[in-house]
Amino acid sequence: MTTTTTAPMTRKRKPRQGSRAERRFAYLFVLPAVLLVLVFRIIPLIWGFALSFTNSTGLGTADFVGADNYAAIAGDPTFHASLLNTVILLATLPIWIMLPMLLAILIHQGVPGGKLFRAVYFFPAVLSSVIVGSIFNVVLRYDGSLNALLKFFGINAVDWLGTGATALGSLIAVQLWSTFGMSLLIFLAGLSTVPKDMIEAARLEGASLGQTWWHIIIPALRPIIEFVAVVTTIGVLTSMFGLIYVLTAGGPGTATTMPEFLIWLEQGKMNRPGYAAAISMVLFVLMGGLAWLQIRIMNRNANL
Amino acid sequence: MMKLTHTLVALSALLAASPTLAQEITVWDWKSGDPVAAAYFDQAKSAFEAAHPGATINYVFQPNDQYYTLLGTALSSGAGPDVFLMNGGAQAKARIEALVDLTAEGADLIGTEEFAGDDGKLYALPLTLQGFVVYYNKGRYTEASLDAENPPTTWAELEAACEAIKAKGAVPCFALGNKEGYGAEFFLSSVAATSLTAQEQADWTAGKLKWSSPQIKAILQAWVDTQANGWYPQGANSTAKFMDEYEMFMRGEAASTIGLLSDVAHWKQFDEFLGADNLGVFRHPSPTIAADKTEGEPKVPVSGGIGYGVNKASANVDLAKAFVAELASPGPIQTFVNIAGVVPANTKVDTSGLASPSIKTILEWLGTSSAPTAHANASAQELEEWHRQSQLLLNGETSVDDAAARLDTVQAEAKPQG
Repeated sequence: MTTTTTAPMTRKRKPRQGSRAERRFAYLFVLPAVLLVLVFRIIPLIWGFALSFTNSTGLGTADFVGADNYAAIAGDPTFHASLLNTVILLATLPIWIMLPMLLAILIHQGVPGGKLFRAVYFFPAVLSSVIVGSIFNVVLRYDGSLNALLKFFGINAVDWLGTGATALGSLIAVQLWSTFGMSLLIFLAGLSTVPKDMIEAARLEGASLGQTWWHIIIPALRPIIEFVAVVTTIGVLTSMFGLIYVLTAGGPGTATTMPEFLIWLEQGKMNRPGYAAAISMVLFVLMGGLAWLQIRIMNRNANL
Repeated sequence: MMKLTHTLVALSALLAASPTLAQEITVWDWKSGDPVAAAYFDQAKSAFEAAHPGATINYVFQPNDQYYTLLGTALSSGAGPDVFLMNGGAQAKARIEALVDLTAEGADLIGTEEFAGDDGKLYALPLTLQGFVVYYNKGRYTEASLDAENPPTTWAELEAACEAIKAKGAVPCFALGNKEGYGAEFFLSSVAATSLTAQEQADWTAGKLKWSSPQIKAILQAWVDTQANGWYPQGANSTAKFMDEYEMFMRGEAASTIGLLSDVAHWKQFDEFLGADNLGVFRHPSPTIAADKTEGEPKVPVSGGIGYGVNKASANVDLAKAFVAELASPGPIQTFVNIAGVVPANTKVDTSGLASPSIKTILEWLGTSSAPTAHANASAQELEEWHRQSQLLLNGETSVDDAAARLDTVQAEAKPQG
């Protein structure tokens, strides 16, 4: 530990002399990354912001309309519905974290066939969302295999994707199925850092399995849990599009319309890039706020 | 100096004399990948390339369900194709700003109103006529003790037929796919053809006839009632109309379906699966009859089906215009009619070779029973909201009044009345 801290310290003094050329050289290395961020992130963001104040149809000239688009969003029930859907999605976040964590702990503690389970759980993560969507279209459609199974047990068929009450839940379940394997791997990696001797000591002290989990494993996993929470939140807010596209097209009604899908719909099908840009800006601010909160949590944790 | 001038003159002479540089025309559609239509596209391409040395036609096949989203994105980013296909009505009219005037190329065509601007100019050349009729499986009708040769002509008769088919219990009366809301679009236009007067259709197009008007609300109510009366299979909201609904009909698992005149889901495709003698066709009746229509004589919604337009931003506008004219010309369209069974928009094309009983009946109706296609004259925003509301209505998650009120708001925003 000491060697690694002293090395940068000694080097730190040196660059002061003759640093101009070196610094210029350093900027050169940073330049490609800065350019990429500038061209593909910052400029489009500013462009989108400007677009959101116009009535652009994407075809001819666009007129400045002030905050009209934002006023329209405030009164747009479809956008409200998409926000509500997002809130519902975020409310399921504990499941997205608990499920892979519990399974990872079980695998880590050496349940029989753990390696097989690890592979099986991870497998869906390598499939694209369109393929996952197509598979579950066959499973969830009214004459699909899930309803056939229910019928076998004498339960009435449900139109999983066509009923407002079940459509969003079905989508969330499918997305969870297809992505939790990644979180599971992160938890497994995290678990390998939990000191074995502490678990051993707890066992010798006569702690039950539940007590070991609650008092040793989960506290040790806290940074990992927070990391998974951040990554999963970003994931669910930005990667549901493929599933919506294939499984429900946003319906029935607005039951599965998420803001990102609405943006796509408005800018292309409705020919209203100006309005779509305004929705994007609102979404950007919301996501930015959420990300800021989460980064704060992570930073606080880093200081511990 | 003199030398330089000579060189420049020589160089420009050389440039002028050189053969046309290779020019590529990119064409977007959702049809060229369809094997049934392949001969049509090949013929237009080879004829055009032979007549225009150096020109290359590049068809780009796009998925049907997200076509306009992709097209809108491409056009707004300035990366749009030279030539693109559109549905007549709202979809074509929403893109007129991006299209060049093709009035001079459209002399022999009908069904052009759906591709014309407010200035009366033609902005895309229609290939086909499109419309909705009810196709029915005669075997399923006979099985339910119905007279398969005399299909319903009034709403009461249709209700009785569906009741009989329901009582038989083998299959639903209508196949229905409303995952993307197309089922509701077709129903709206089919009923409106008979329930609206010519003036009301014009008011509808102008945004003056509201969704909450008694005329349109009657259609919404009929949509709810037909579901309540068990005309449709379960799970319509999660069934894609193209092609899950139609495959169901072609497998004989539904007695009837609202199908198209051209392209797909039409008489030719159904003939092949059910047999020309087993396929019947009737005009969709309506529960209410407009003042200028007669009970027992339902109308068929007919309009310019699909048509190609030229992108104003194209680098080769003239060449692209020539190619669109080729695509709509009698030669290739005749092939399209023969192989795919489309109803042509070009009056110079001979349709006497179409022998199936269903298309013969349909061609007769085109002359006597056509009416505007209501949904194609609604704005894109109204259609999107109708997709949503129609699903909620089917599920019983909203009422006709609430749906009409919401649609009124969208209509007022999309077509503001001065």
